[in-house]
Parts: sequence; structure tokens; C-alpha cells
Amino acid sequence: MTTAIKKGKLHVVRLNVNGEEHAALVKANTTLLDLLREEFDYTGTKKGCELGDCGACTVLMDDKPVTSCLVLAVEADGHSVTTIEGVEQEGKLDRVQEEFIKHVAVQCGYCTPGMILSAKALLARNPHPSEREVREAIAGNLCRCTGYGRIVKAILAAAETNI
Amino acid sequence: MIIPEFEYLSPQSLQEACALLVQYGNRAKVLAGGSDVLVKMKDGLIGPAYLVSLKNLDSLRSIRYEKGTGVIIGARTTHNEVMNNNILQEKYRSVCEAAHSMAADQIRNIGTVGGNLVNAVPSADLPPILIALDAQARIVGPSRARTIALEEFFLGPGKTVLEDGEILTEIVIPDQPTTGSNYIKFGLRRAGALAVAGVASSVAVRDGLCQDVRIVLGAVAPTPIRAHRAENALRSKKISPELINEAGKIAAEESKPINDIRGSIEYRRNLVDVLTRRSLKAAIEKGHV
Repeated sequence: MTTAIKKGKLHVVRLNVNGEEHAALVKANTTLLDLLREEFDYTGTKKGCELGDCGACTVLMDDKPVTSCLVLAVEADGHSVTTIEGVEQEGKLDRVQEEFIKHVAVQCGYCTPGMILSAKALLARNPHPSEREVREAIAGNLCRCTGYGRIVKAILAAAETNI
Repeated sequence: MIIPEFEYLSPQSLQEACALLVQYGNRAKVLAGGSDVLVKMKDGLIGPAYLVSLKNLDSLRSIRYEKGTGVIIGARTTHNEVMNNNILQEKYRSVCEAAHSMAADQIRNIGTVGGNLVNAVPSADLPPILIALDAQARIVGPSRARTIALEEFFLGPGKTVLEDGEILTEIVIPDQPTTGSNYIKFGLRRAGALAVAGVASSVAVRDGLCQDVRIVLGAVAPTPIRAHRAENALRSKKISPELINEAGKIAAEESKPINDIRGSIEYRRNLVDVLTRRSLKAAIEKGHV
């Protein structure tokens, strides 16, 4: 049977976000980005261009980076999502986060959550990337402050400390 | 940015999906990945009253090889799934590379093969290489299923042969005697850029003799086009650098580019010449890359 969500009606969606089960009532036109920010209060996920170009809203859906502004909340139903809030483990910052701080790879900080999640996904599939591979992995995350140099160095440093 | 309200429908079968598309006609749009449809809705370019999601149709989300048929790519497969697929990596890495040349990681995890084809954007990266490999499009409609050459699928910018209620379900790359294939795109940046021009080729070259060749030009005509005259210049001839140069020149003549923000007519023609030569050379010398 076809599931139908009428205009303006609410529909329940269930997602695992950062290891915890969440449920919310959403409209069909609610994006995953708005669900995360407005309903679940994961405001580390940033809202930028809203057209899938800037990467500020990057989250991991089933461990893969996606721009959450282009995913409908109802389409994310049943999936697992990692936001920047889920990157630290037991109150301890992740290696990538530590290297971003050490290399001063953050200026205004708006691209940082998406940047770190793209880096995490890269290191999960390729623990020892080349500089080119790093640059390619963050090609969908625009940064207007740093010129990318320090970000690339930070990710390469995090890869070096990968065991 | 707000997505205008719509009714969301997620059918459990292709038959249900086709029936919904027939019922709602041009007030309905198919939702596959969403990286085109949702952007157009946010921009106010389209305002469908219904979105018919293909999310539950898992059968459309696979890549498999059938002996005697070829490689079958489900329309709901994402670009990253194409890029990382073992069967395609082994048989037609050129298709993986074409998928790789698109957008960025995040969008390649969302956008789908079917979406890339059905949108019929002249600069789309998958059509040239798939047409070069003689791909077939499998289409399912409310009353019948049909298979057509992908080359016949595109009618113009944003226009395809799909009729009301029809859904593109699979792309088949048939088993073939080709020895190499390749797609080269030129964009204004290395990432996240549309093709200013793109050229795909496939060749069957044995003992230096060009037994068969297909050259497909992207972003230089309202639809992807074959460079038939350039192909004829090569077919049944001994491959030589001069012959490849000639094919490049002819392909450039066959292209019908427009002036736009990404490049002029003259520039695009020149690109077609250069990219055709490079694509042929790669396909001849390196196989399916």
C-alpha cells in the first residue's frame, strides 16, 4: 500500500541520531536539516545555501555524507544519522576535531561541522589519504575564511595519527 | 528556503507508482534522490502537488550482471554507488569515472542515475558515456514495459521520450566487443562544476585496426549527440595520430554548441576537438578508463 502524507498533515518519523532513537511529527516538506535543528536541537548542523552547494548542512546518513538540506525528513525515516554533536566520544573530542584546533583550521566556524563530518567519512573509508584525496573529499564543503590550507593539514595530521 | 507544500506518496511497487503518475498526470513528479527536484521546488521553478517517492522500490537500487544481457544498473542507484561498484569498476571503469566527475561527495550520495538521465540536462555527465557503450533504457509504464536505446531517450533540454505514467527503471550496458571507453569532461573547476563540454568514446581496436567506434558529445547540443561523421572517419581504418586528429576536427564541426556563461561557441568547439582526441587516445591505449 502506498503511504500518503497529505498537504499540511503531520507524519511520524523515527531516526537514530548520534546513537539515540528519536521520533518526531513532521510535514512532508520538512527537510532533514530542519528536523535536526528545529525538532531535535542539533544546531551544530548549519544552514547555508539550502541548495546542496555549500556543504554547511553535511551530516552522515548511514555513515555517508549528505547535504541534509536536500533530504526530506520523511525520506530519512528509519535511517541513522550522525551530526557534529555525535563525533566526540564520552566527552572526548575526536582526533579530527583535536587537529582542527591544533592547526587553527577554524576561523568563523560555520563550515567546520560539515568539514569535520566529510573528513570523518573520508578517514573511515580511506585511513591514509593523499593530500589530493583530502581536497577531493572536502570539495563539497565551502570555506570562505581559511583558504583550505590549514583544514587540509589538520585532516592529514588526523590521518597520520590514525592507527 | 521553504519547499512549497505537496502531498507525499511512497508506493510499495512499480505498478502502484505508475498508477499514481497516471492518476495525477503533470501535477505529480517522481522523487528519486531529490538533488534536482527539491532544488527546483525551492527555487520556485516547479510546484508539483504530488511527489511520488521511489524510496521503497529496492529493486531499482542495484547493479548486477546477467550473462547474455550485460550490466544492469537500477535507476535509483546513486552516483557514489556507481562509482564504487565492483562490476562496473572491472568492466567499464569509464562509467565509474563519469559518475566520479560529478558534483561532490554529498550530492553523489543523494543523486541517482535515473535522475541524471530523466532530467535531460544537456551537460549531464552520464548520458555520453552510457550512449557510447550502447546502453539501453528500460522503461515501465501503466500498461506496458519497453526498452529503447538510450541514444533515443533525449528529445531536448529537460525533455525525454517518457510518457505519462512511465518510469525509467534500469539501464543496461550490453555485452560488447569494445576494447576501451572513456569520458572526459571540461568544467570551470575540478569539483562541483557542470561540463562546459564533455566527450565520451568507445572503441573496438584490434591489431591497430579500428573495427568500431562511438563518439558522443555532451553539453554542445540540446541533447547528447553522436559524432557520426567523426566515427565514419575512423571505422575500418588503421589507427594513427593523424586519423585521431582528423576525428577531433570533424567532431568539432558536428557539435552545435551555444554561447552561455560557461563558454562561447568557438571555445566549446575547440574543446570538442581537444577532448575527442584525448578521449579516443585514452580508450585506444588504456581500455575502459
